[in-house]
Amino acid sequence: MKKKSKVVSYNKWGYIFLIPFVVIYLLFQMIPLVSTIYNSFFENYRSGLKQIGPNFVGIENYITIITNGDLPTYLKNTLIMWIMGFVPQIVLSLLLGAWFTDPSLRLKAQGFFKTIIYLPNLIMASAFAMLFFTLFSISGPINSMMVQAEIFKEAYDFMSHVWSVRSLVAFMNCLMWFGNTTILLMAGMLGIDPALFEAAQVDGATATQIFYKITLPLLKPILIYVMITSLIGGLQMFDVPQILTNGTGDPMRSSMTLIMYLNKHLYSKNYGLGGALSVFMFIITGILSLLVFKFTASEEKN
Amino acid sequence: MKKRVLGVLLSATMIAGMLSACGAPKADAPATTDATATEAGAEGAAPDAAQTVVADDGKVLNVYCWNDEFQRRVKDHYPGYTEVDATTGTIGDVTVKWFITPSDNNAYQNNLDETLLKQADAAADDKIDIFLVEADYALKYVDEDVTLPVSDLGIADADLANQYKYTQDVMTSQDGKLKGLSWQGCPGVLIYNREAAKEVLGSDDPAEVQKAVADWDTFSKTAEQMKAKGYSMTATTNDAYRVFSNNVSGKWVQDGKVVIDDNIMKWVEMSKAMVDAGQVRSTADLWGDDWKKGFFPDGKVFCYFGPAWLINFCMAADEAGSIANAGGWGATEGPQGFFWGGTWICAANGTDNAGLIADIMKQLTTNKDIMLDIVAKDSDFVNNKPAMEEAAAKDEYAFDVFGGQNPLAMFCKGAENCDLSNQSPYDQGCNEEFQKAMKNYFDGNATLDDALAMFKKAIVEKYPELKAE
Repeated sequence: MKKKSKVVSYNKWGYIFLIPFVVIYLLFQMIPLVSTIYNSFFENYRSGLKQIGPNFVGIENYITIITNGDLPTYLKNTLIMWIMGFVPQIVLSLLLGAWFTDPSLRLKAQGFFKTIIYLPNLIMASAFAMLFFTLFSISGPINSMMVQAEIFKEAYDFMSHVWSVRSLVAFMNCLMWFGNTTILLMAGMLGIDPALFEAAQVDGATATQIFYKITLPLLKPILIYVMITSLIGGLQMFDVPQILTNGTGDPMRSSMTLIMYLNKHLYSKNYGLGGALSVFMFIITGILSLLVFKFTASEEKN
Repeated sequence: MKKRVLGVLLSATMIAGMLSACGAPKADAPATTDATATEAGAEGAAPDAAQTVVADDGKVLNVYCWNDEFQRRVKDHYPGYTEVDATTGTIGDVTVKWFITPSDNNAYQNNLDETLLKQADAAADDKIDIFLVEADYALKYVDEDVTLPVSDLGIADADLANQYKYTQDVMTSQDGKLKGLSWQGCPGVLIYNREAAKEVLGSDDPAEVQKAVADWDTFSKTAEQMKAKGYSMTATTNDAYRVFSNNVSGKWVQDGKVVIDDNIMKWVEMSKAMVDAGQVRSTADLWGDDWKKGFFPDGKVFCYFGPAWLINFCMAADEAGSIANAGGWGATEGPQGFFWGGTWICAANGTDNAGLIADIMKQLTTNKDIMLDIVAKDSDFVNNKPAMEEAAAKDEYAFDVFGGQNPLAMFCKGAENCDLSNQSPYDQGCNEEFQKAMKNYFDGNATLDDALAMFKKAIVEKYPELKAE
C-alpha cells in the first residue's frame, strides 16, 4: 500500500507542473478566443470619444463581412504573397539542409553559415520592412543605383505597382524565414538513419536519387510540420506589408492581408466586426491546415 | 519528504508569482484613486503632496502633444520655464511633463483618447492638464466635456479681443463655449523656389511670380514650363490638396453621409492631368522622403503650399545645404487662399493646474511682446491681429528663409479670409483616406470610379456610423 501511494504521488507532480501551462493557456488563449466569438455578436465601436454599443445584433456582423465581398480578396492577397515567399523558401531550405547534412561534402565553417542564415530572423519585422521601404523608395539607393548603372531609364516606383510590392513582401518573408526552416529541416534530416544513405550509396544511387527516394520521404513529418506552421504564420502575415505600404495595402489594396484588414476595424475599436472577421479567419486557418495535413498524409499511404 | 516540500514550495512560488503579476495593476489602481479622488477638479493651488513619492512638491503639469513645436514655444518664450531634459521641465515649483506621441497612424489621438477616457479615475498627478489639437480633428474634442471652457480658467473675452476670429470660431462648442486657444494663425501661401523662378520665369519677385500662379489655369501652364526645365511643379500631388479642400462648399459629412465636394474633384482632375504630363513627379504622401526632397536644391521642386509653421518648422531650415537655410524661398499668395493645420491649446477637464494653464494660454496667445518675439525668432505667424498688421510693415520681421521677404502682410490678408465653417469631426480621416485612394488613380492602378469606391470603403471601415453611398 505504501509503495503504491508513492507511485501515485510522483504522477501528481506531472499535473502540478502542468498548471502553469494550463493557467497561461486559459488566460491568454481560451479567454480571448471565447470573448472574440462573444464580441462578434455585438455592435460595439467607438466614434470619436463616444462609445456605441455593445448592442446585441445577432449574426449581422457576419452578414456584413460576407456581403461586402472583401474577405475573399484579402484572403487571395495573403495566400498569393505567402506562396510567392514560401516556395523559394522551402526549396532554398531543402537545398541548404541537404548540403549541411551531407557528410561527404565536408563543408567548412558550418556553424558560421548556420548563424548567418538565421540572422535576418533576428531583426524585427517592422524594422526590416522600414529598411526595405527606404531602400526601394523613388529617391532611395536601389533606384539611384539602377539609374546610374543605366539598367532603369528613370526611377521605378516599386510601391505603386502590384507585383513589385507583392514580390518585395514575399522576398522579405522568404529572407526572414528560410534560416529558421533550414534549421528545422536539418534537424529532420539528421534524424534519418545514416545506414539508409550508406546502403543506397552501396547500391549505386546518385545524390539526386538519394535526395528524392530517401531524404524526402523520410522527412515528410517534419515537412508537414513546417508547412502547417508556415501556413498559419503566412495567414497571419501583417507587419511586413503593413509597414511597407504604410497600412494602405496599396496599390488598390492588392497587398492588403487579412490581418491588415482586421487592423482597419480596430481604428474605430470596432470589436464586433473585428470579432466576426477573426472567427472567419479561425475557420479558414483550420480548414487550410486540415487540407495540408490530409493532402500530405494521404500521399504517404501510396 | 524534503523533496516534496521543496516541490510544493517551488510550484507555489511559480503560481503565486504568476497570479501576483496578473493581479498587481488591478489591485494598485483603486487604492491610488481613492487617495486622490477627493481633490479631482480642484484649483491648482491645492497642495497634493500627500500621495506623491516623487521628490518635488507634487505639482505636475502633464502636456500631451504630437511634436515639439509647442514645447519649443514654451521653452523659448514662456517666462520662468526651465528645461530639465527632453521630456520634463519646471515652471516655478511645478514639474512640466511632456508626453509627445507622433500623429502617424493616428497614434497621438489613440493615446490621447485612451488617457482622456481614464481621466476621471487617474491620480491627480497623472491626469492630463493640457493637450493640443489640430484643426482637422479639433471638433472631436470641442463638443465633448473633456475640454474645459477657457472662461472657466478665468480668461475673459476682453483678453482675447486681438485674436483672429476664425481661430476662436472653430474652437467654440455648439453651446457657445470657447474651448481652446491658439498662438498661431495658419493662413497658407505659395512658397516658391527663387532659383527656379529666376531660371524659368525670369524673375523671383513675388508680384511677378504671382502672375504665373494667379489661378489654376496659369498654374498648370507654369507647370509645363517648369517641366521643360526639369522642375517638378510641386513635390507631390498632395501638396495642392489643402488649397482645394479648404475652399469647399460643404462639410465632408452631411447627415451621416460622406459627400465628396466638387472642388475636391477639381483637385483630382488637375492632379491627374499634371501627373500624366509628368509635371508632378511623385504621388507619395506628404512628410515622406520623396516630399522632403524638394527642400534641397537637388530635389528640383518649384513650390510648396503652406502656412508659416511649415516654413519655420518643417522645411529643414536648420540643415546646411537646404534651400530654406540659404534663404532661397519666396512667398506669394498663389491661386487660392487656404489654411492648414494650426495648433490649439486645450485645458483638459479634471486638471489641477487651472491657474498655470490660464497663464500659459494668456502669455502665449495674448501677450503682444511674447508673440512678436515668436515671430522674430521662429518665423511663425501669430494670432494677434494688431501686432501682425504692425509687424507686416516692418523690415525687422522679414523671414530669413524667404531671403529677407516679409510675408506677414500676405498672411494677415489670408487670416482675414480663413473660414473653418466647413470643418467636421471626420476631416482627418476623410482627407487622409481620400488622398490615399486617389494615389491609386494617379498612379494608373485604378479607374477614378474604383478609386472613389476604395475611398468610401475605407471611410466606412474607419467610421462605422457613416454611410458612403
